Amino acid sequence: MNPDNYLYLSAILFTLGALGVLIRRNAIVVFMCIELMLNAANLAFVTFSRMHGALDGQVIAFFTMVVAAAEVVVGLAIIISVFRTRRSASVDDANLLKY
Amino acid sequence: MSILAASSTTATFVAPHVEFGKLSPMLIAFGTATLGILVEAFAPRKQRYGIQVGLALVGIAASFAAVLALAGTTASVVAQGSVAVDGTTLFLQGTILVISFVAFLVIAERKTDQNQDAFAAQGASVPGSAAERETTRRGWQTTEVYPLLMFSVGGMLLFPAANDLLTMFVALEALSLPLYLVCGLARHRRLLSQEAALKYFLLGAFSSAFFLYGAAMLYGYAGSVNLAVIAQHVAHPTAGSTLLYTGVALLGMGLLFKVGAAPFHMWTPDVYQGAPTPVTGFMAAATKIAAFGALVRVLDVGLGVNSAENVWRPVMQAVAIITMIVGGVLALTQRDIKRMLAYSAILNAGYLLIGVTSTTAQARAAVLFYLPVYGVAIIGAFAVVTLVRDAGGEATDLSRWAGLGRRAPIPAALLAVFLLAFAGIPFTSIFIGKFAIFQAALAAGSPDLVIVAVLASALAAFFYLRVVVVMFFSDPLPQGPTIAHPSIAVKTALAVAAFATVALGVAPSLLLHLANNSAGILAK
Repeated sequence: MNPDNYLYLSAILFTLGALGVLIRRNAIVVFMCIELMLNAANLAFVTFSRMHGALDGQVIAFFTMVVAAAEVVVGLAIIISVFRTRRSASVDDANLLKY
Repeated sequence: MSILAASSTTATFVAPHVEFGKLSPMLIAFGTATLGILVEAFAPRKQRYGIQVGLALVGIAASFAAVLALAGTTASVVAQGSVAVDGTTLFLQGTILVISFVAFLVIAERKTDQNQDAFAAQGASVPGSAAERETTRRGWQTTEVYPLLMFSVGGMLLFPAANDLLTMFVALEALSLPLYLVCGLARHRRLLSQEAALKYFLLGAFSSAFFLYGAAMLYGYAGSVNLAVIAQHVAHPTAGSTLLYTGVALLGMGLLFKVGAAPFHMWTPDVYQGAPTPVTGFMAAATKIAAFGALVRVLDVGLGVNSAENVWRPVMQAVAIITMIVGGVLALTQRDIKRMLAYSAILNAGYLLIGVTSTTAQARAAVLFYLPVYGVAIIGAFAVVTLVRDAGGEATDLSRWAGLGRRAPIPAALLAVFLLAFAGIPFTSIFIGKFAIFQAALAAGSPDLVIVAVLASALAAFFYLRVVVVMFFSDPLPQGPTIAHPSIAVKTALAVAAFATVALGVAPSLLLHLANNSAGILAK
């Protein structure tokens, strides 16, 4: 199978993730969309790794996973503390700081 | 097939050679942070504050000593090509460590607010709940902020040194993730603080996803994330440039977000206003230094070839112009001093971008001079903001500052020094910095940028001077804010910041010389 197709898939996933961040209103869903973007980057790394015949792209994907896991820990901590305060995880409700 | 072939030839594992000596500043910072976590786990609650502050300050000093020890060594790329230890790296690392030391003195302050520091008694307790009152009554403190900030310092040391995009991404996250948390831990106005953390986190993670996808595109283009290899492929292209420029654009978004350049500046005012003020000062100074270091390295080492420069330079110049206009105009309308300083930080990012886009050694030296003098002044300015207090924390609304110069002449005079420096009054360090950047931009042939920058400076002088006028030439409010008497540590930090701002304006030659010597050396 032509590896280019995986690149197209990766671009589609990245775009979907970016759109989700801009459109969705629940902080958890927004965060999941960001994770989708990171995974799209992983797919691109692995595909390019296959195309170049080198292994470093696959290793980079592991690094990304570790970073993403750390990001989940920090992100959920922040989202949950906001939820406990406001009883809402909507990013529209967090509107005290503006202009 | 090719993967199978590669794996059979690399059957014998060769241990990578790591130059621990050259990496020692970063290793010390990360090691101190790890020790801080052990302290958090095992030391009794009452002693944690003292141990953590002492440990962090010793760690920063030791790391700075390591930078000094490396100062004379030849520039080289270490750790299998992933970290460049050269003049620029060491200059920026030294700057970040000095700035962090001053910032930690302000962060650790407890005397200004009834023996409590600027952080919530317990981050997990809901604002206004019984649990929060109980933990506050018991005098608990979130001493976790010190190891968290040390991790951030470690990330900042690695960020401008990173010579491949993977290391840069890991450093970016090591720098950012602790800051997201610390932003949400303010003791007063906790809703604002948590909101700032949420916005900073979601937008920061969004931008780092762009950075990573850009890195993936560049990996596809060059077959490596190493900046030197990318530069070779840019100079001698073997494939079309679609992947290259897609990658550079996405990567640039991630970096410009951290720098706080328009149109990626939206988070800056909200986060600067909501975060605990001492942390805001730290972020405004140290993050900006680290991010500009990384930007300079990507553009000069990875994309410093003429054919690529001709593509990215006009874009970056446009970003610089938009940044200066947005920062200058929106700062005019601000009523809150922290927000005003945030827009001023955006404006200053614009000036620095002029230096970055000029890409001559002279411009790079000007940027290297501007970063420390700006960083010291902004930390000083935010440190003064922590002293002006109301019942509910700091009085950041500008109207409350009326007549402050008569009631508290020393803090008001210090703030006036920093603001006049931002405004670019001669005999201040930032005047010299601006002059150096504008001169380098003229020499590099972009007078249009300098014209916009000078106009923006004139605009900026208005809102900086407005604060000075409010403080010194209006009558004090009958029930104005109280002025806290800080500890000797904060007094020292303020004195150092003010002294550096004036002294480097009167006699800048030493730092200019150091910046000139450091800027020429970029390991490739």
